[in-house]
Order: sequence, then C-alpha cells, then structure tokens
Amino acid sequence: MFQVLHGINVDWMGRRHLAYIISGILVVASLVSLIAHGGPKYGVDFTGGSALEFSLNPTPGVDDVRSAVESAGFSGAEIQQRLDRPAEFLIRLGVQQAGTDPAPAVEAALRGIAPNMAVELLRVETVGPRVGTELRSAAVKAVLLALGLILVYVAARYDWRYAAGAVVALFHDVFITLGVLSILDREITLTVVAALLTLAGFSINDKVVVFDRIRERKQSLRRESPERIMNLGINETLSRTIITNGTVAVSTLSLFLFGGDVLRDFSLAMLVGAVVGTYSSLYVASALALELQLRTEKSGPSRKR
Amino acid sequence: MTQSDRNKLFLTLIGVALALYTLWPTFQFYSMPPEQRQEVLQARPAAATNEVERERLTKLTKLREKAIKLGLDLQGGMYLLLEVDRSKLGPAEARNAVDQAMRIIENRIDQFGVAEPSIQKQGDNRILVQLPGLLDQERAKELIGQTALLEFKIVKTDEETRATFDRIDQYFARRASGGAGTDTTARPWTSRFLSVAQGGESFALVENVAGIDSMRAQILADSSFVLDASLNWESHESEREGRTGRAFHVLSREPLMQGKDVASAQMRLDLDQDRPGAPGVSFTLTTRGGGLFADITGANVGRRLAIVLDNRVQSAPNISERIPRGQGSITGSFTEEEAQDLAIVLRSGALPAPLSIVEERTVGPSLGQDSIRSGLKAAAFAAVAVIVFMVIYYQLSGVVAVIALALNILGLLACMAAFKATLTLPGMAGIVLTIGMAVDANVLIFERIREELRNKKTVLSAIETGYARAYRTIIDANVTTLLPALALMWLGSGPLRGFAVTLSIGLIINVITAVGVSKMIFDAWSLRRKVNTISI
Repeated sequence: MFQVLHGINVDWMGRRHLAYIISGILVVASLVSLIAHGGPKYGVDFTGGSALEFSLNPTPGVDDVRSAVESAGFSGAEIQQRLDRPAEFLIRLGVQQAGTDPAPAVEAALRGIAPNMAVELLRVETVGPRVGTELRSAAVKAVLLALGLILVYVAARYDWRYAAGAVVALFHDVFITLGVLSILDREITLTVVAALLTLAGFSINDKVVVFDRIRERKQSLRRESPERIMNLGINETLSRTIITNGTVAVSTLSLFLFGGDVLRDFSLAMLVGAVVGTYSSLYVASALALELQLRTEKSGPSRKR
Repeated sequence: MTQSDRNKLFLTLIGVALALYTLWPTFQFYSMPPEQRQEVLQARPAAATNEVERERLTKLTKLREKAIKLGLDLQGGMYLLLEVDRSKLGPAEARNAVDQAMRIIENRIDQFGVAEPSIQKQGDNRILVQLPGLLDQERAKELIGQTALLEFKIVKTDEETRATFDRIDQYFARRASGGAGTDTTARPWTSRFLSVAQGGESFALVENVAGIDSMRAQILADSSFVLDASLNWESHESEREGRTGRAFHVLSREPLMQGKDVASAQMRLDLDQDRPGAPGVSFTLTTRGGGLFADITGANVGRRLAIVLDNRVQSAPNISERIPRGQGSITGSFTEEEAQDLAIVLRSGALPAPLSIVEERTVGPSLGQDSIRSGLKAAAFAAVAVIVFMVIYYQLSGVVAVIALALNILGLLACMAAFKATLTLPGMAGIVLTIGMAVDANVLIFERIREELRNKKTVLSAIETGYARAYRTIIDANVTTLLPALALMWLGSGPLRGFAVTLSIGLIINVITAVGVSKMIFDAWSLRRKVNTISI
C-alpha cells in the first residue's frame, strides 16, 4: 500500500485558537483590500457598459488604439493590451459612453489606425444599466439561496450547530476568495460568481464528509470528549480531504494554465477557493461547531445524558 | 459470478451501449471536415428544390439535432436581449406587443437564413435572441431592431410641390426678418436644391442634405406651421448631371395604405425592363389591401405612388393604370441584399413597438475555436494528471476508479446529447472540474477499505464495510454539492446555465458510476477467486 498521511494524530481542536487568528487575519486582509478598492471590482455584467475585444495585426501601440477610440467619441475608455497575446486589445467602456451598440463605431475607428491593419472582432459584451443591476441582485440572491439550502439540508441531516458551522465556514471561504481577487485586482463577472457557487459546493462536500465521520465516532465512542471526537473525525478523513482537494486543485490548475483567457478568472477563483476550502474544512467548520456545542451543552458532553 | 452480478454487468453494458449510440451523431458531426460541418449547420429542408435534395437535407438536419450543440461562446454567434418599449401603447396593445414582436422577429430571422436560431420570451417585456454561427452582425441587428414603418403615399404634382416649397421659403424668410415685412424674392429653402419639382421629384446635392434636414426638423417642430404634406428623402443617393445627391419628394400627408395590407413579397431580378437583372421586389396584397390599391391606382392614374419605409422613399413608380388584382412591384437602385431585406420587411410587417438591445454578447468565430482548443487541452491535462495519480496511489483499485471516471464522463456527454443540452465554455470547465471531483467517491471508499484492512478485517468484509459506510457519506456530500449548482441554474442564463447543468448531471452520474459500477467490478473480481489480498 502506497500511502501518505496515515496514522496522523493532530490535536486540531486544541489549537483551534490558532485557526481563529489565521482566519481573522485573512478576513481582515480581505476586508481591508475590499474597502481600499471601494468594494469588489465588478465587471461589465454588473456595472453595465461594454467590453470589446479586438485582434489587431500588425499590432499598433496602446496609445494609437486609445486615440482611435477617443476619436470615435468614447473618451475615458479603459484599454488593455493582453500580456500573453499582444495583438489582442480589450476596450472597456462605461455605461454612459457605451450607449446601446458601440462596436461598429469602435471597429471603424480602429480600421482608421492604419490602412493595412487587419481588424478582427473577437468578442462584444454590452450590458445595459438596468440589466447590470438585475444581474447583480440575481447573483446575490443565488449565493444566499445556495447557502440557505445548504443550511437547511445540513441542519436536517446532522445538527443545527454543524449547519451553522458549515455555513459560516462557507461565508469565510467565499469572502476570502473575494478578498484575494480584490488584492489581485481581478474583476467579478458572472462567471466568477459561478466559480464562487461551485467552490461553495465543493467546500461543503468536504465539510459534510468530516461531519459524517464525527457523527459516526460520536456513536461508537460515547464517552469521549467532543474535542477528541472531532479530532478523530478530522484525522481519519485527512488523507481523503488532501487527496480529493488535490485532484480538484490539479483540474483547476490545468484550467488556469490551459483553459484560455475567458476562463482565467473563473479558475483563479476556484483555485483560491480550493485552498481556502481545504483549510476551513479542517479547522473552521468543525471548530465553530465545537464552540457551539460546548456552549449549548455546558451541563455534559451529550444532551441525552 | 452470481446471478445478480451478471444482471448488473448486463445493465452496465446496456448503459454503455446506449451512451455510445446516443453520442454517435455527435462523433460523426464533429469528425467532419469544417466545410461539411458548415453545410450541416446551414441545412434547411424547406429550401430544397427536389425530393432527393429534401431527403438529404432532412437527414443532415436530424444529425445536427442529435449532436451535442456548442454554445455561442464556442461556435461564435450573437446573444441579444431585446426590450420592447411599451410606453406608447394602450393596455390592450401592450399585452400583445411582445408576442407580436417575437413572431415578427422569428419571421425575419427565419428568412435571414440562420441555422438554429433561438427566440425566447423573458420576463414580460423582453425577448432573448440567440443567433449561432457566422453572420453579418450589423445586418442582423438592423433587421431585428428595425421598427420598419411601411406606408404608401401619393406623390404631389409638380404644381403642388412648388406651392409647398414657396410656403416653406416664406416661412423661413419671415423668421429671418423677425416677422417685419416679407421679402418675396428670398428663397432660403428652394435655393438649397439643384432642381425643384421635375416629374414629381426635387434633387439636392450631397453637401446640402444636412442643411435641408435641419430646416425640415424646424418645420416639423413648429406646431403653428401646418403643412398639408409630408417631406421625404429617397432612401438612396443618385446622380443628376454627373453630380451625386439625393432625390426629395413632397407626398400626401396621410398614408393611403400600410404595411399590414401586404400579404407577401419576394426579391426578383426581372422586374425592371430597362435594367434586366436589377434587383427589385414584387409584392402581393391582402384582400383589403388589394381593394384599396385598386381604388388608389384607379383614382391616380398618371401620378406617382411612393413606397415609404421608415420615412424614406424606397421607390416611387408611376401609376400607369388601375391595378385591380393586388399585385405590385418596387424597383429602384437596390443591391440584391437591400432588395432581399426590403422584401423581408414587407412580408413580416412592422414591429408594433420599438425594441432596444439591453444586453449583447457576441463571440467571434476565431475566439470560439480558440476556446474549444484550450478547453480540450485543460480537460486532457486534468484527466492525465488524475489518472496517473489514482493508478500510482491506489494501483489496481485506482484502475477501477479510472474506469468509473471514464464511464462518468461518457454518461455525462450522453445525457447532454439526450437532453439536447448545450455545451458552453463554462460547461467545459464543469467537465474538467467533474474529472477532478468524480474520483472523490472512490477516494472515500478506498480510504475506508484501507482503514478496515488496517483493523485486520478480511478483504471481502473490508470491501463490503468500506462501500456500505462510505455510501451514506457520498450521498450527503453530493447532495450538498448539488444545491449551489441548482441555485446557479436558477441564476444563470446562457453559458452559466450550461455550466450548472453539466455540473449537476456530472454529480448525479458520479454516484451511479463511482459507487455502482466500481462495486460491481470489485464484486466480480473478489467473488470469483477466494481473494485474500487486494491491490489498493
């Protein structure tokens, strides 16, 4: 048998205050970055406006592109040249400048840069202001709905304290992922919201596996203290936690490396989420459930006695 | 092998065969050379000219319908969310406006020749239009968004036209002098034209068009100045004495007939005897329209009838005789494409209310190709990495898990084909994530079996206990993972819904393959020989 992490016996719960400090630092760092950036950096999906992507060959300078776009009447456009593919330019227009259909005017202006330059439209995303607001509220609702469903399911299958621990841990995962994206100055698009929901799904999966083992141990080892039972549950599922999150991280990493520009933010969010989720499965969810348990069962180790 | 094992194996084989059968058209379609695939995408049996051709096209259409469809983000195309502006409609009209607009858009797009367009109502005043494949963006948008007010009006006689021009001149002269005394010789309006009232039309050079437009706007804005006429440009520029400009018509104020009176219209190349091969449009009127048309033409023989689309004169043919049977034609300096579009507009009528584009997502075909390539690369890399790891770490049992993984992906794709789901780029990401996540159930089981083995259980009982104990965990874990995916399905439209669907199907099939199929392989293997070792 080829194996790692067998017979691990870590006193996770005994050191749970360390986890609170680590999580505290991560959450505060995320919060500081989010406040410094004035909230998450929303993409066109949520703010409204236009994102246009063109491939220009031979490649002009960014300034040529900017002045061409400005000459078409779009002042203050944000222009980015792709680092990995310098022929591709991303032009972002705010909701006021974009109007309903800016692509033809921008394309015509770009053609004016040089007569022999090939202009190819790769992508247009135009979102009206009202649709942007609607998408934002739909995204928030979807995240809350997902967390609510999880809360109810885990509470029904396990215990409300576990459910509360799990949902707080999920909030923790999603919030820190948002924070990391904010620190890296990445945009929050609909696709990123999809990544946040997915990582919440993968993360709760982990927590349920740990909870399940804790519940099993609770039945077989009735006399043990809750701390010890939780430690056992975490330690016994540790190799599985590491392996599964490892394979998910490898898939996500390959998406990040090879999946192309369109999926880059998605896979980045998933990757950050996989790491934070693993940590919170080991520590945050169970530790919070334990705190709640200790507080609600002061009289004895189990309610039944 | 026991009877029940044999049954399970039989079921599995049937499942695999069914999956392969479902995926066969997809395989056929995507292994075609690009030109042939394009032909399949464009195939429209209705366009066939003979029976053999129709049969062939029907077959291609079926192939297209059975293959897994690629989302707009992968094959390129347009996604347009349109909003119907109902602010100017009465309550009864407003109720029907969206459905009516949908029918008209459907009709227009259908004739535009896009394969597999999708037009859906969203909410109560929005229409989602998805146009896959390569196409002329601007033309499509124009065709969809055009309000297209079509009217038929009589062209005023030359005397009437001159009288109208005089009145306009006087109006501007009076305004210039501040109302004190009128200079009857000043011609601020007429002087902008190269020729006035010659055979029912006037002509202005290109450089004067904008000036005339602004004067016309002033007249229309001034409610104290009532003109019993409508002032209209011709839709296309033309030449007089070798100089480019635009013809201008003074028309009757009220339309005699409208677009709704037209029953059908076709682009034809044989309408203009003077210019054979010049594109034009022939049309047939409804019964009511035919009656009106007979009256109009009868009462106005020798005059010109203007066909006005969105306030521009498309054509103003002479009425040579009374036309009783409701047949007519429009000729002019059209390109073939313009004539085609005009015919479409005539056929499908005018939109009841203005539409605006509130969301657009267009992906060019080259970016789509790129995305497919990167998606496949990411999937291949993830699969290789996961397979190598599983086989090294769990050895023969790892091979079992890999078989389960392969069946999982096969089942996922087959379900997508069967449910006519669309594969989007986020959907591809969903498959890649499924590759990473699908082994989880087997990891849970194998870790459990290892634990049982460490507790000195026999191999057989370790397998039994391992599966039994892990099973419950797997169900709970997969249900909780499914919940956010369901929330996402509710949130998302287009690509994101594709992602949520892929992920959800993957999770459900995962439980079947990772638990059922892998257990079956273990049972078959361990019961045949009285094993006491296991490769795990």
